[in-house]
Amino acid sequence: MARHVMDFERPIIELEEKLAELKRLEIAGMPELASEIEGLEAEIERLRQTLYAALSPWEKVQVARHPERPKTQDYLEMLFTDVVELHGDRHHGDDEAIVAALATFDGRRCVVLGHRKGKTTKENIRRNFGSPHPEGFRKAQRAMKLAEKFGLPLVTFLDTAGAYPGIEAEERGQAWAIAECLATLSDLAVPVVVVGIGEGGSGGALAIGFGDRLIMLENAYYSVISPEMCALILHKDASRAAESASCLAMTADDLVRLGIADEVVKEPLGGAHREPEVVFARVAEAISRALTELCGSDGAALAEKRYARLRAIGVVAEGE
Amino acid sequence: MPINDWFKARENRKYTVTSSASGDLPDGVWVKCASCKHTLYQGDLARGAWVCPHCAHHFEMNAPDRVALLADDGSFEETDAGLTSVDPLRFNAAKPYTESLAKAREKSGLTEAIITGRAAIGGHPVVLGAMDFRFIGASMGSAVGEKVTRAFELAEAEQRAVVLVTASGGARMQEGMLSLMQMAKTSAAAERLARARLPYVSVLANPTTGGVTASFAVLADVVLAEPGALVGFAGPRLVEQTTRQSLPKGFQTAEFLMEHGMVDAVVPRPDLTVTLATVLDYLTGGCVAAGGAS
Ligand SMILES: [Zn+2]
Repeated sequence: MARHVMDFERPIIELEEKLAELKRLEIAGMPELASEIEGLEAEIERLRQTLYAALSPWEKVQVARHPERPKTQDYLEMLFTDVVELHGDRHHGDDEAIVAALATFDGRRCVVLGHRKGKTTKENIRRNFGSPHPEGFRKAQRAMKLAEKFGLPLVTFLDTAGAYPGIEAEERGQAWAIAECLATLSDLAVPVVVVGIGEGGSGGALAIGFGDRLIMLENAYYSVISPEMCALILHKDASRAAESASCLAMTADDLVRLGIADEVVKEPLGGAHREPEVVFARVAEAISRALTELCGSDGAALAEKRYARLRAIGVVAEGE
Repeated sequence: MPINDWFKARENRKYTVTSSASGDLPDGVWVKCASCKHTLYQGDLARGAWVCPHCAHHFEMNAPDRVALLADDGSFEETDAGLTSVDPLRFNAAKPYTESLAKAREKSGLTEAIITGRAAIGGHPVVLGAMDFRFIGASMGSAVGEKVTRAFELAEAEQRAVVLVTASGGARMQEGMLSLMQMAKTSAAAERLARARLPYVSVLANPTTGGVTASFAVLADVVLAEPGALVGFAGPRLVEQTTRQSLPKGFQTAEFLMEHGMVDAVVPRPDLTVTLATVLDYLTGGCVAAGGAS
């Protein structure tokens, strides 16, 4: 499969292509290339360690947006069984940018919500590249209430560039739909476990993006504004997004430092798409731990704790 | 009640509009109306609640003027006046956040982008909040989020209604994720007030966009908006750029939103105080005891 190459990893990819070529020649009857191959392999490994092990925030954003990165649908298929998808907001339509489902995690019945990016261009157009309209949020809110009514824990997966800034989205109350999700989620009397798997774009992510635990993949981001938009506002120049990404404190580690996220799930060198199975196993383990800790609690106590958790977020000074 | 008395009672308006005595602005300063281009004396404008006498254009109103307009005379008692933003991320792109904060404080004379306090409106005890667009576009960072949250909590503790006048460019990006989370925090506080069955009325003023719209601003029991106010999630320019479509006439104005079912009423500013007082009469005056499961 033709792999999507991120700019910053181009040196590695070029060496990997050269290596493949040398190996082909070696097999084709040039055994004298063996030592050169060995040297190249060592160089690639060295480069991988230095390049991938210390990604800048902007490089992480690119990993988070990598088209082959595991998506909500993959987690739903790999981590859950007996999935029944629930469609529609009961007002206007079914927004395929958000999936809602009844699903079983390791024997535990849950409600799952997630932003859904497509895997092909065609699917992406149908799913609006994972950017929801109000219908998506209203479907999500309906699923939240269903979870609460029947005592099912809620597990959500975040992967959106943001709520869609469209004419119809505004006409049908994008802000209202998001706000209502926030209010509903804030005192939902069941455990809420949130997993940031890719992009966490602003209000569109937040609408299903806070709860009793926030688990972030190492290269996932979560931000008040996209780095490009931030650069556009600050410098009138979207190409300075790398600088903005460093200022916005949007990486998984930043979120833990700010007391917003609880844990970071390590990704394989180069990103989750390099070895998805490893990531699925680690995410499953993190969700399992969170649900085990939370499921014994009484619903009202959970909501109360969640409020205290939100209440503590923010840094202010109190003078006279 | 005999039918004649009934009609007579209808004639007796319960409230009269008090003028918004708006400080001591010099009469000699001219302001040009952005809508009809008439040149107006600033003092006249202030006495007329910052509404153009020629075309009824609603000028943006700062927070102290807004409080003076809405609160019963002498009733306002500010809370959390000393609560301010700091610079938790040491944000330093283009211009240091600390510099923006200092400039905003100097320009507005305020410590943050919202004033909150106890007040009475038409005799109803409320917690009143007014945002001030001059303060970094009245964006919501930790301090605005905290003050709004405390406003809801104070109202619940003292069994007051909440009235918030919003105007905001959205979340304050200089505080990154701490700002985004204020949307969740303020919405959670609004939800708790709702569970306590205390009234919350919001007034969406020009402009209310982004994270403030998509959180506490629209979670009110009754959502009012000022004529012509721009209200939305995404700003119109972003919508235009993203969709490459020309925007419908009046897109994202208060009137447009009312047409689409998003706000309860568009209220001209001279009627705002009376409308708020009347709405509060209803929301605090039910004759059936609240009961049953929440
Ligand atoms: Zn005018």
